[in-house]
Order: sequence, then C-alpha cells, then structure tokens
Amino acid sequence: MNDISRSDNRLSMEKSDPGRRGIRFKNTLKAKENVPAGLARKTAPKLPELSEFDVVRHYTKLSKINFSVDTHFYPLGSCTMKYNPRVNEEAAALDGFAGLHPLAHDNAAQGTLEMLYDLEKRLCALTGMDAFTLQPAAGAHSEFTGLLIAKAYFAKKGQDERTEIICPDSAHGTNPATAAMLGFNAINIKSGPDGRVNPDDLKAHLGNKTAVLMLTVPNTLGLFESRIEEIVEMAHKAGALIYMDGANFNALIGLVKPGELGVDIMHINAHKTFSTPHGGGGPGAGGIGVKKHLEEFLPVPRIKKESGTYKTDFSCPDSIGKVKAFFGNVGVLARAYAYLLMHSKKELGGIAENAILNANYMKSRLQEVYPSYSKDHCMHECVLTPPSELTAKGLKTLDIAKRLLDYGFHAPTIYFPLIVHEAIMIEPTETESKETMDAFITAMLEIKREGAADPQLLKDAPHTMPVKRLDEVQAARQPNLRW
Amino acid sequence: MPKQEEVKYTKTHEWISVQGEEATVGLSEHAQHEMGDIVFVELPKPARNVEKEKPCAVVESVKSAFDIYAPVSGQISALNDEVTKDPALINQSPMDKAWLFKIKLSDAAQIKDLMDWNAYQEFVKQNAH
Amino acid sequence: MFSANTEKDREEMLKAIGVSSIRDLLKQVPGKYLYPAFDLPETSLDEQQTARRMKALAARNTAPLSFLGAGAYERYIPAAVKALISRGEYLTAYTPYQAEASQGILQTIYEYQSSVCALYAMDCANASMYDGASAFGEAVRAAVRITGKKKILCQETLNPQYLQTLKTYFADSAEYQFVTVPHKDGLVDPEKLSALLSGDTACVAFQTPNFFGLPEDAPGISEMAHKAGALVVTAADPASLGLFAPPGEYSADFAVGEGQSLGLPLSYGGPYLGIFSCKKEYVRQMPGRIAGMTRDKDGKRGFVLTLQAREQHIRRDKAASNICSNEALCALSATIYLALLGPEGLKELALANARAAAFAAGKLSAVKGAALKFKAPFFNEFVLEVGDAARLRERILAKDHIDIGLPLKDLYPALGQGALLVCATETKTEEDILRLEKALRENI
Repeated sequence: MNDISRSDNRLSMEKSDPGRRGIRFKNTLKAKENVPAGLARKTAPKLPELSEFDVVRHYTKLSKINFSVDTHFYPLGSCTMKYNPRVNEEAAALDGFAGLHPLAHDNAAQGTLEMLYDLEKRLCALTGMDAFTLQPAAGAHSEFTGLLIAKAYFAKKGQDERTEIICPDSAHGTNPATAAMLGFNAINIKSGPDGRVNPDDLKAHLGNKTAVLMLTVPNTLGLFESRIEEIVEMAHKAGALIYMDGANFNALIGLVKPGELGVDIMHINAHKTFSTPHGGGGPGAGGIGVKKHLEEFLPVPRIKKESGTYKTDFSCPDSIGKVKAFFGNVGVLARAYAYLLMHSKKELGGIAENAILNANYMKSRLQEVYPSYSKDHCMHECVLTPPSELTAKGLKTLDIAKRLLDYGFHAPTIYFPLIVHEAIMIEPTETESKETMDAFITAMLEIKREGAADPQLLKDAPHTMPVKRLDEVQAARQPNLRW
Repeated sequence: MPKQEEVKYTKTHEWISVQGEEATVGLSEHAQHEMGDIVFVELPKPARNVEKEKPCAVVESVKSAFDIYAPVSGQISALNDEVTKDPALINQSPMDKAWLFKIKLSDAAQIKDLMDWNAYQEFVKQNAH
Repeated sequence: MFSANTEKDREEMLKAIGVSSIRDLLKQVPGKYLYPAFDLPETSLDEQQTARRMKALAARNTAPLSFLGAGAYERYIPAAVKALISRGEYLTAYTPYQAEASQGILQTIYEYQSSVCALYAMDCANASMYDGASAFGEAVRAAVRITGKKKILCQETLNPQYLQTLKTYFADSAEYQFVTVPHKDGLVDPEKLSALLSGDTACVAFQTPNFFGLPEDAPGISEMAHKAGALVVTAADPASLGLFAPPGEYSADFAVGEGQSLGLPLSYGGPYLGIFSCKKEYVRQMPGRIAGMTRDKDGKRGFVLTLQAREQHIRRDKAASNICSNEALCALSATIYLALLGPEGLKELALANARAAAFAAGKLSAVKGAALKFKAPFFNEFVLEVGDAARLRERILAKDHIDIGLPLKDLYPALGQGALLVCATETKTEEDILRLEKALRENI
C-alpha cells in the first residue's frame, strides 16, 4: 500500500509507483487506429501510476482534512451554506438524467425538457419575472448573461451611449468585473451611513449614459433597501434598467417577488437559495429572469411547449446567443428542481423566515461584544466587527477567524463587504439549529476572552488543524502551482 | 538615494525625485507599510507615454492590488527590473533599491503641484482612519 | 422544510432578539411587497414522492443507443470516481477560503493543476472554468489582452457552440474581427491560413480533433501562427491526448479543453469542466482560482489559493475575468479519473476510442448508400454521407431506438443534407455498432 502513515501528506504523484495500474480499458474490437506520425504524442504524460485501492485511500484521507457543511457549521456570509438534501443527489444521478446527451433529439429528452420548463415556470412565479433562462453556469456567469441582455436591449433601441453600470460600493466584486468584461464603465456609488444606497448620491450619478443599476437585495450588509421604490423609480425615469443580484435571494424566497419591486433582470443561484451543494467551489448553476420587454434577448435554446410536447427553440433572432456550450448545468438544476418539489408556497416562505430569524438571533446575541455595523435588524446575514479590546492588542478579524477553526467552526466570510473595516459576515442559514448557533456564539465569546488574556494564542491560531497558519506571501511571491 | 524629506509626493502615495529632465518615481515609506508584504509589481511598458494622475503600474499584496499613478506626464525612460524580480524590495527599501521607473518629463512645471515632505506628512495624518 | 427550528426554538430566539414575531424583523421591507400571491402549488411532495416524481421524469428520457458526440462524449465513469466525489466532505464544502481547514480540497486542486499540465504538456493551469467553450472564450480574451491586437482567426471546423460562445465573450463587439479560416477536405487549409495571418492577428484559435473528428496539423498551424507574431490557442479533447500530440509539444500559448471526457456524466450539457492552461509567462493572465504550494509557520508543506489579486473580489472592474464559482467538484472527478487511469490507462482509453470509431467507420461506410465524407485520419468521430441525415435520424430513432448521430446540414450547409457526424467512444461494443450498421442498411 502506497500510503504509509498518518503523517503521509504526499501528493498522488509522489505516491506513484511505475507499473502500478488502476482502471484498464481492454480492446476487443478488430480495427486499427490511424495516428499520423507527425501528430503522435512523443512522451507519455507524467500522471500518477497507482492501484484503484491507492486512489480510493488517497482521496478518502484527503477528504478528512477538510471542513464542509456536512461535517461543520459553515456560516460563510453571502454563500448560503445550507444543508444539501440527499434525495437531490439521487435524483440528479438517475441514468435517465445523467446519461442524456446535450444534442439528444427533443423526442428522446422529454423528461429533462419538462423538468426545465417547469423549473423556469416556478422560478417566474417565485420571483415575479416573466421569463427565465437556465443556461448560465453560475452567479457571475448569470451577471454576464444579464448585462449582455441589457446591452442588446439598448443596442436595439439605438441607445449605444448608455455605457455606464452603477454598482454600490457594497456590491460583490463580480458586479463591476462583469460590467468591465462587457466594455461598460463601472460607476461606484458610496453607501450611506446606514449601509444602504443613498438616493441623493444615486441621483447625481444617473443620467442618459446609465445603462443599468445593479443592486444586491438584500445587500451584502444583510439589509433590505428600504427606499427601493424611490430608487427604482429614479433609475427607470433616467431610462436605466434595474439588475438584481440574487445572491441573497434566500432572504426573500416566498416573502417578496423582486419583479414587483420593479426589477427588470435578476439572477438566482441554485447553489445558494436552492440547496444544491457547493462542491468545494462549484459547480453552481445560475439563471436569469427578465421582464417581458427583455424576453426576446434571452440566450438560445429556449424551451417551448406545443400541444403537450416540449421543444428546444433556436429561432430567436434577437437572442444574445450562447454563454456556454449546450444547455446550462442541468445536473445541478435537477437538484434545485427536486428541492422546489419538496416545498409548498407556504414552506418556501418558511425558508426565508427561518433564515432571517437565525441571523437576527446570532446578531442579537453577539453584537454587544462584536459590534454590528448596522443598528437595524438584519435579513439573512449580519456584519459584525472585532471587539475594540482585541484590536487594541493588535488582533485582527483574521486571527479570530483562524481561532474559530480550532473550535470546529468554519469561519464566517471576512473582510467583505469592503466598506466595513475588518468585517465579519455571518450567514447561519435556516437549516442550522439554535443548538449549533449557541455553540458558535459561546465560541465567539470565549475567543474574545482568550484574545484579551493572551493575544498570541489567537495570532498563532489555528493550533489543531493539519497545518499551522500558511505563508501566503511566499505562495504569491514564488508561485508553485504544479508538481 | 534620495532622502524622503527632499522628494515630492502625490496624494496617491508616490514619491518623485527630479534630476534635470528626468524624474525617478517610487512608493512612499508610508504606503509600503500600509500595504504590507508586496508580492508582485507590474511596471509600464518601456518608452510608454504616461499621463499625470493616470494609472500606469500595479503593485499587489496577497489580498489587494494598488494602482500606481504617474505623478507627472512624460515618457518612461527607465524601469527597475530588480523590483519586478524581487517585489519584497519595496518593503525593504522603498526610497532606494525599490525605485519603480523613471519618466522623461514633458512638462516640468507639473512638479510644483505636488506636496513636499511636510505637506505629505500632514496629508497622511488627516487621512488616517 | 429543512429548518431545524421548533416552535419552542423560535419563541426563545424571538425573545432573545426582543421582538414578538418574525414580522417585526421585516419592517425594513415596505409592507406592500411582503407576502404577495404566488402562483405555486399549495402542497409539497414528501421525499418518497419527490424521488418517485424525479424517477418518472428521468424515465421520459428514452435513452436510445446513441452515437452522438460533437463536443460531449458518452464515457464509462469508474465506480471509484462516483464514490469519492459523493463524499460530503468534498460535495458540501465551498471555495477553500480558510486554507488550514480546507487542505483536502486545496491539495486536490493542486493535483488537478499538475495533472492538466502533464496531460496538455503545459506550464500551468487554473482550478477550472465552466466548460470547454467558456474556457476557450477566456483564453482568446487573454490572447487579445496580451497582444493588444483585435483580429482573431478561427478554423471553419471549430465546434459551432464554441464559436458562438467565443463571440458572446466579446459581446459581439464590432471592435473585434473574427476571421474564419476555411477547411480543405475537412482540415485547416494551410494556404488560406497563411494568407489570412497578418501582423495584426492576435491569435489563431482552433480545436483538435476538429468538429468533424479530424486531428489538425496542430504543429504546422502553431508554427505558422508564431511566425506571424500571433499567439496560439488550442482546444484539445483530453481523451485524445493519450495518442495525439499535446498542445505543449507544439508550443501552444493557451491550451483548453472540455473536461467532461474525464469522468463526468453527460447530464444534458452540464455541469462540465473547462480545462484552462497556459505558458508560464502568461500565468497572471489566467482567470479564476489557482492553488499553490507553500509552507506553514513550522515549515510544513501546505496549500493555499494564490495570485488572488488578479481576481474579481479584489480587482473588481480591473479583474481579468468575473468568474467566481467554478467547477471544483468536476475538477476533482477529473483528478481522480486521471489518477485511476495513469499514463497507460489514458493510452488504452484513447486507443479504445480510436478503434471503436475505426471499426464503426469500416462497417458503416460499407453500407450501400453510405460513404465517408473525408479521407483524413479521425479520432473517435467521423462524417458519414447518408442521403438525408435528418430524416434518417428521425426514422431510426423511432423505429430502432438508435440515435445515429448529428446531422450537419444546419451547421454546415455546404456539406449538404447527407452529412452525419457519428461518434463511437469506448462505451460502444461490436454488437452496438453492428446494430447501427443493420439499421442503416435497412433504412437508407
């Protein structure tokens, strides 16, 4: 066995033993391959040579030095790390779904097409939008799709001069990055002292160059834009479209329809609101909902229903085209669909209600020690800051985050949103119990006591992980990115 | 090596030292301290024309990126390759070994708009959080 | 539904917050927008009913014997891949923001990057993109950024889905010039390529094997491009690299690929895996996450996300790309798949594909009324002439429950209505191919 001890942290490549074999493909067909000499591979790739057992043990062991929702409370703000129901996994893995080729004839794909059609319909009902596409592979990819639609809309109207996208300074970095990717100018507006968009400041930036106002609702401070009516009216009056970043839709599901707020384009994240697993960084699945006046620009193919049969429709002359090959991340969407089937309209509202309740409980129990950025109640997440007793000793949010790992909790999102100095952004989600949150709160309070008494204990944290604090400066100065 | 009391400063924390028609530009001691460990530097292309107060280079720490703005307009006349190879020099020697680039001035009068050491000290104090 | 809160918990929490109801927490939302009418079911399904409903839907996909390829390939997925990626520790984690608590995932990303570099013979790779098409789009964007030039040459036989995605990645802007290099007998015409290359060409972007299944003379194309001062962006099917020259062997500047071939199910188009790699000098032009090796404070080896200042969460509107979530779990599948195969298994896989296709081509082209369209060698798919491909496909699908492949007329009108793209991977047995042969014989 090529895995000799507990402390064996070698890479698969280092465990490689020439001649050892895992999976084989035996050839039985009587035919000869044709590889022209000049096009043949000269040297075999240096992939690891291992037995199947070696591989299984290697990756099983690695999985054990990893925090996850299944194993640890994971309150990453803005990421909605909720429980991922297992029936979703079974459903997506069914041969009928998993084995379906993306270019399959519509007649052979009726099950998947019906599922996608119904999912689009339910998302429209849930968000108050008129049409959905499920092609984008993730949140940022959805933003890309949404802004392309806006671009096509203004191009068709002959308003190419609308080149500006307004984003509040509390926005996710993907908002300005997407704007820039599509050749727009990202205009940053400052949040007001209450953490919300300041309508007066917004007014000063709106004009006939504005294409889109991108809003995250609730915003990354976990606050609802209370003056949303005013903001939307102002932007629409200036001829701009409203894009809603739906990263935080878990706070609104079953409570508020963004379409009724006046939003023109919005995205959803299947891997946040709709319980699909985050997979160590992905895959997610996105989706873009639009109002009627933008439907013609959605990517192809659209799914149509004609006399009981589902069809993929490519005949959309004003479509923006494709943002990825084939359809979207259908395997992920199947999980989101199963999740929706398990919720009545009332139960959908319960998701948001419990998410909001949990976040406010967390905030109210911690804010005396970890001051909250906002005095208001929050929606699904809260943003706290480190106690002044700790910062006075030179401790930072990073030290608190690292110490939390020793207590068996994944750290919240830290240093985001950028507008809050030393931010600690906590999103418990509705699936965590009061018992777990109480344990987290106790740990946070204990860390404050520890830091006040022995700051070095926090500065040296974590103490119980497989590695101590890692040198990120060296990693960036002398990048070692491959074996 | 220019003394930090003798050079001029911008509001974006570059220092600039003029020698005749050419000026040397670097990052202030205060700025390097605020940024922490510098891990990467991207300098302008050789002979590029730069414009006063427009970004022309980038300095990165692990978790942030900072634009370097041209303090004056002109043409890049020299680049410090040492600092590209070893960005840590900016932390160790911001005024000397880690000068970033030289500019052939197109309008020497622009220098007058910049802060002297005392004014810069005051500026830093006012902008501390 | 999945909330753990009991009525008692809720009351205690409300009390701790100091409010009497959840409504009190929602005062920041203008009341008229709260609790609107939803056109959604009043009742929900329990788990068993949900499973039943999903099974019924899945069964409506009729699962014919399929010879479709064209950028997505039916593959055998080793049981160990499925078992390992189903582990909750991988499945339910997120981007490893806290490195010390995420060494498992970080090490697998590093191993993934290393495996991609080995497979493609490139210097460095990122942690993954959405799919092959979006990776291709991002690579061409990088080539345009690096060269500052705006003319992009693409082969005529590029997967049309890639071309469409590529154009979308440039927002169909008139600022960029997309020029098609025509094919001759199914392969890039070197004379036309030479004539179209000029000093203002940013890159030559091509795939190999190409959309018709034919491996291009990639070394020749690459040499011509470099001589003209253009960069080379190659998309290569990873399964072909067990036999064919990897992009690094002919100095490609960016090499991308659709990683679906490496242990991922078809799932009607996703989630797939965008493989992205490049030469060392362009490492900072790579979009997305990158894992790097470093040391902890005791000198022990460990892994972190690195070069993060390129990314959107820091650089915002100056980032190379907006990508945030990627396809990490798919990259893990690929890593495990490649570790199970090793260099020998990869070669066997490529051979199994090449031979299945060769066997199929031999049998099918002998059917009266069918013929191979191109003479050039192919990997695991080929273009067959069959009369009226679209009609034949419909008929055989309905009658014999076989999907014979993709008719090309809509995508390549010049090929005519007879052109059919037929793919045979390692999943096809002699019996499967003989069934297809029989169906063609009976229906042409």
